Amino acid sequence: MASRTAPPTTERLRVVGRPLSRHDAVDKVQARTLYAADWQMPGMLYGAVLRAPYPSARIRGVETAAAAALPGVAAVLVARDVPRNTLWTDVPGQTSEVGPLRARIQVLAEEVVRYQGEAVALVAAETPETAQRAAELIAVDYEPRPGIFDPEAALRPDAARVHDQGNLLAHWEIRRGDVEAALRSADAVVEQTYRCQFVDHAYLEPEAGVAWIDSDGVLVIRVSTQVIEHFRDVAEVLGLPQNRVRVVGPYVGGGFGGKEDVTVEVFLGLLAWRTQRPVKMTWSRQESLLARPKRHPFIMRYRTGATRDGRLVAQAVELLADSGAYAYLSALVLMYAAVTAAGPYRVPHVAVDARVAYTNNPPTSAMRGFGAMQMVFGYESQMDQLARRLGLDPVELRLRNALEKGDDLPVGQRLDTHVAVAETVRRAWEELGPHRPASSSRHRVGRGLACNIQPYGRIVWLRDWASAWVGFEMDGSVVVRTGVPDVGGGQASALCQIAAEVLGTDPAQVSIHIADSALTPLAGTTTATRQLYMSGNAVLKAASALRQQILEVAAQLLETPSSRLEMRDGAVTAGDARRVALPAVMKECARLGVARSHLAVYHAPAGEPVDLERGGGRVFPDYTFGAHAVEVEVDTETGAVRVLRHVACHDVGRAINPESVEGQIQGGAVMGLGYGLMEEVVVDRGVNLSTMFAAYLIPTSLDVPDVEPLILESGEGKGPFGARGIGEPPIAPPAAAVANAIEDAVGVRVTELPITPERVARALGLLGP
Amino acid sequence: MTEIAVAFTLNGRRQEVRTSAHRTLLELLRDILGAVDVKEGCGEGVCGACTVLLDGEPVSSCLILAPRAAGRQITTVRALGAGGTLHPLQEAFAAHGAVQCGFCTPGMILTAYALLRDHPRPTRDEIRRAIAGNLCRCTGYAKIVDAIASLAGSGTVRG
Repeated sequence: MASRTAPPTTERLRVVGRPLSRHDAVDKVQARTLYAADWQMPGMLYGAVLRAPYPSARIRGVETAAAAALPGVAAVLVARDVPRNTLWTDVPGQTSEVGPLRARIQVLAEEVVRYQGEAVALVAAETPETAQRAAELIAVDYEPRPGIFDPEAALRPDAARVHDQGNLLAHWEIRRGDVEAALRSADAVVEQTYRCQFVDHAYLEPEAGVAWIDSDGVLVIRVSTQVIEHFRDVAEVLGLPQNRVRVVGPYVGGGFGGKEDVTVEVFLGLLAWRTQRPVKMTWSRQESLLARPKRHPFIMRYRTGATRDGRLVAQAVELLADSGAYAYLSALVLMYAAVTAAGPYRVPHVAVDARVAYTNNPPTSAMRGFGAMQMVFGYESQMDQLARRLGLDPVELRLRNALEKGDDLPVGQRLDTHVAVAETVRRAWEELGPHRPASSSRHRVGRGLACNIQPYGRIVWLRDWASAWVGFEMDGSVVVRTGVPDVGGGQASALCQIAAEVLGTDPAQVSIHIADSALTPLAGTTTATRQLYMSGNAVLKAASALRQQILEVAAQLLETPSSRLEMRDGAVTAGDARRVALPAVMKECARLGVARSHLAVYHAPAGEPVDLERGGGRVFPDYTFGAHAVEVEVDTETGAVRVLRHVACHDVGRAINPESVEGQIQGGAVMGLGYGLMEEVVVDRGVNLSTMFAAYLIPTSLDVPDVEPLILESGEGKGPFGARGIGEPPIAPPAAAVANAIEDAVGVRVTELPITPERVARALGLLGP
Repeated sequence: MTEIAVAFTLNGRRQEVRTSAHRTLLELLRDILGAVDVKEGCGEGVCGACTVLLDGEPVSSCLILAPRAAGRQITTVRALGAGGTLHPLQEAFAAHGAVQCGFCTPGMILTAYALLRDHPRPTRDEIRRAIAGNLCRCTGYAKIVDAIASLAGSGTVRG
């Protein structure tokens, strides 16, 4: 494994920055963690969803009598039984052509089915088998209709409309300078169109939850989710006051954006409310693969211009993404794509034209990298082709154009923290070391590099905030409460580390209660690489204020100014032999009426909506930069590609827990290799052909090398202790790095993902003209 | 549906349950016996999350029909460790960052247990081959391999 860079810090930190074992890992190795599907309630029913077999159809009628009459069936619900059959997506901004968006998703299909797998009816029954059998007894009279399955076709004027308002869901434009004039005067222009595919999140834990009506009449839903704030959506659909719905989030078996939109919680709420009994719903893997939103496929047309000495002058990018049948988060995904499409480079003239269209394909929405990651395949493939055209070393070309602190992005946002593009490029490339020899005469070895820019934190005009409560018990032990869903990245344990750092205790002695919309202060979503940044700052703020409160009391006991006191090992010390144990301080707090807890709200830097077209300014709080370098071996007879080495370098600002950071980098890189080389949800005229895990291939331990993480710590992130977000960034560079390495090895350029042996073989001319 | 009685040993304790013949061992363990330390990830024998040891050998319990458990020894991850202390493999997984979401972890640990029992000094390549049937979507596998490799030659897993 590669060595870590020592933090360039002057502070003395005891706990932050250490690779500690996570408390949740200790539970998980013993299988003590009760995931959503592990929960049981007395008298529990089982829910099932009836899904449409057609990608486009009109519903002429639904007959539920036979299903309802089946013994053991407690409820059968169709669209007319849903109090408010709509989930809304709000999108601000956009071009004047489409305007702000309020997009509707139907909870259950009412008259029209727009994708295969759309939910039509719900059942609750005494056993899973009965629920399934009842769902099959529901007779839906469909009138199949022609659909639109290609985003380009969807935008033709005569195209059938997926939704009444037309098929153009969103349009963002970015303009800086005069891109056409710059391309005309450039010494070299590389023009290429890239295509990427539908992929699935494929977390190991399928969607699941249990709902019940608690003794106080509150609807409680314990669900695997990245967003406990969906309690509001459930309330909206049921027509209940929001304070009568509570979402509890257990530790999640992987999310990656796939548990950002609602999954089972609204269905569970409807069934539990109707039956007034506990209901469990677990989607099978096959149902999950069929019905849940995917990553957006993009068509990316790039025209990149540069001077003879390798200075980028123009980047013209046209993007078209497939939203599938519903909006979900497509408009925002597209905005992330547009803002980052020019790459982590200085480019004086930029034009980005980004559109996303409705089709009758599976819906697409959030997935790790959220639009910004698809762009990397485009801009980094362009960089290598440009280097080739100019006769420059690809590393050198990147170094000449790398963004630096103080530069402006094409949208006009000034980068006000450290920008580590050049360092990550150098470090990752050097780390590859000596070339490996090819394993046989028919194999060729090559190397490739790819950098990326990925935002962390939500768009500034969403005015993001997170809250956390930190307190001492009377015995001096520490409790943290915050509404953070832990999706497996160590979200909760990092917060324990931060609290322990400030309060002078051992992280293992901190108890943390997370992800309960009724009982923990809300902290927002575990998405957008925001949770450590946001909730970490909230915990830091709460713990720091609490520390000061407690030290003021201890100051009286020790007759020493609080500025000279320290908290350590369960006591407050005055730097000499004098110390007072925390229980004694807590007793004094009680006597004086001083609170032993503090609730803090952290507000991210906020801003007004930006007119992207006019180069308005700040869009995101900050960005994470990185570079991956790979060495691959290509089989020139089969087109098979094996990744031999993979170095992944990111500036994480500060690694709160280096073990967790390395895990994010390695896991993200491997997910990125899966995206680049193997994964695809195959959709044929709206029909999903990848609904078995045996058909949807994700990397196994034999498909990937040991990814070597290189952590840079600039100390300049906007998170606690200078941390930056690292959840999403590592997934983005691998596909482009591999494509670049393949060209280095065998001289062919693959422009479509995934880079299967067949595509390489075709590019090599092995499959005929 | 006709039910049959199936008697077997689960983590050293004798169990007898009535089940219909078409049920899988996974359903029997999770739904009837409440052994929720066995996870269901795909139900088609691909992901390995439902791995248990059947007479010591790792199998996907979603592919085994319940009656086939009759007279056999079934081991789940709960059997590892004793009296509140972690088994060295469990400790190694936690210490090496081999656990993220943890959903693959019980199956992964059991596969690793069988590997180290039969091949006490596996190389990294041998470890990668052994765990190829246990998918992990979070870690990229390197730290899982680290954890298992840390016990190579330690003699901590015996039959």
